[in-house]
Amino acid sequence: MKNRKSLSVLLPVAAIVGFILFNACKSGEPANNSKDSVTTTTPITDGGAGLKLPEGFNAAIVADKLGGTREIAVTPQGDIYVKLNRAKNGKGILFLHQEGDKATVKTGFGTFGGTGVYVKNGYLYASSDEEVFRYKLNAQNEVINSDQPEKIVTGLLNRREHEAKAITLDNDGNLYVNIGAYSNACQVDDRKKGSPGQKGCPILDSAGGIWQFKADKLNQHYGDGVRYATGLRNVVGFDWNQQNNQLYVMQHGRDQLHDLFPDMFTTQQSAVLPAECMYALKKGDNAGWPYMYYDQEQHKKILMPEYGGDGKKEGGQDAIDPIAAFPGHLAPNGLLFYTGNQFPEKYKNGAFIAFHGSWNRAPEPQAGYFVVFQPFKDGKPSGEWEVFADGFAGTAAQTASGRAEHRPCGLAQGPDGSLYVTDDNQGTIYKITYKK
Amino acid sequence: MDFKKAPLILFASLLFAVTGLQAQTKHKAKPPVKRTTGGLKASIDAGQKVFTQYCVSCHQADALGVPHMNPPLVKTTYVLGDKTRLIKIVLNGFNEDVEINGETYSNSMASHDFLKDQEIADVLTFVRNSFGNKAPAITAAQVKTVRATNKKS
Ligand code: HEC
Repeated sequence: MKNRKSLSVLLPVAAIVGFILFNACKSGEPANNSKDSVTTTTPITDGGAGLKLPEGFNAAIVADKLGGTREIAVTPQGDIYVKLNRAKNGKGILFLHQEGDKATVKTGFGTFGGTGVYVKNGYLYASSDEEVFRYKLNAQNEVINSDQPEKIVTGLLNRREHEAKAITLDNDGNLYVNIGAYSNACQVDDRKKGSPGQKGCPILDSAGGIWQFKADKLNQHYGDGVRYATGLRNVVGFDWNQQNNQLYVMQHGRDQLHDLFPDMFTTQQSAVLPAECMYALKKGDNAGWPYMYYDQEQHKKILMPEYGGDGKKEGGQDAIDPIAAFPGHLAPNGLLFYTGNQFPEKYKNGAFIAFHGSWNRAPEPQAGYFVVFQPFKDGKPSGEWEVFADGFAGTAAQTASGRAEHRPCGLAQGPDGSLYVTDDNQGTIYKITYKK
Repeated sequence: MDFKKAPLILFASLLFAVTGLQAQTKHKAKPPVKRTTGGLKASIDAGQKVFTQYCVSCHQADALGVPHMNPPLVKTTYVLGDKTRLIKIVLNGFNEDVEINGETYSNSMASHDFLKDQEIADVLTFVRNSFGNKAPAITAAQVKTVRATNKKS
């Protein structure tokens, strides 16, 4: 009984200690050889708009209080399309025009909420949680008939969990749609302690992967598409890499290792495991969910505990390896390969990743709420990733508690090479620029 | 937690004397040992441990949840309202497209029917009397009754 009383005293103490440790890591001290701390190699300064950025970079808030701003697209004219997770006043897509460092909402249209938005080949593509639409654009990349979208894909599964249908396009007329698994680890009873993993996980037939559709064919259903890659629990951030002509995705790894397997994983282990993985996909690839997860500390694919794993046994023999692995639960919602000329040379063709921030680390301190840069060379990660833009959450205490002010979500590159970041908590759009 | 510690210490030392070594070896992650007596404070205290073990990762330490994913447990109609409905949420889990204080939440809550009657009573009593909530306690007997008639339908 003594323990019970002391726990109420110990918990806050542990939280503070964890918090201090966490922040020590943040400021560059490697903590017990793990990269789960957030290290940074570039000097970070006050970049404006409340953000911390590397020397020479500046941030401006071009618009705010827009709603749940998810993915974003910037046209060659510098105009902005942004998708709202829920329609606001009956409008789910906003069109903003920029003058200097301010962007003003010109119109809103599309009655549906959702996540995806993408501009390509004279069309604006946008997704709800079940369908993908496109709108014809004029020469200025403005929507011509905002109340007459063409329905490109329909009838995609939405069981609320991992409902966001992120979209991207390649250069050969194909549209890629993420269909997230409506499950944590394909247990018979989702997230229930003791419930086993389903053999031959049936979810994978219609979700848990990336589907490929034709970008210009109307009313496509599952049957018209191709399951391009499978074994991906949930992807929100993905991008077509122009240098490699290949699809790269960021997976949201599984939750609740400690909740479901307290004898195998401590809360500390559960806070950083499994990795949030980056995959370079080829048609037909299998990334291994739900049978394995990736442990970034052991650098191994580990058998999922729901399928007999113990945190050590390896698994996923038929699954591809990630090309980069980040600490657990940081929730990568935006991926962008930087092809602009404005930023210094080291950023060229590297990957920016917007981490929405964790929730599944409780009772440990939360983390994330930042934009990371992963350097690339010849289409492969090369060198350590670093925090590029931080401070979205507000104070360190707001990060640790998860009560973040702003949560980075979508990324886009402007025609002049500026980087745009959305925040879906308060509806902010940031523009990050570089001055020599 | 701003509940007064005096009766707790009394109760704790009493139980400590009775259970002796068992209390010392008890793992902190384990649910509380079976308890047949105890007032509101004891139930709240026991409930906090159940909460930390089984609820905190989704609903968070401040019970304010996660935007669009996991709802808050602060002054919701479910937490403060009908006991049977509340007990059923823990027994059966919850995955319905409903608004909770004006927002919808996409994650799914699993059944926690593996928890003992007393544990469910404690955790709900804790939630109903913490985070600014104030509502009558829930007893193990009430959980038992609901469980007996609860056939998921
Ligand atoms: C896996 C994450 C998860 C865990 C663990 C979890 N919940 Fe929930 N809980 C949810 C979600 C998500 C909802 C809302 C579901 C919906 O809207 O359909 C919810 C709804 C509720 C509600 C009703 C809505 C409200 O906000 O008042 C209560 C009460 C509740 N949970 C209590 C608990 C308790 C007590 C525990 C621990 C025994 C617990 N939950 C564990 C995710 C979780």
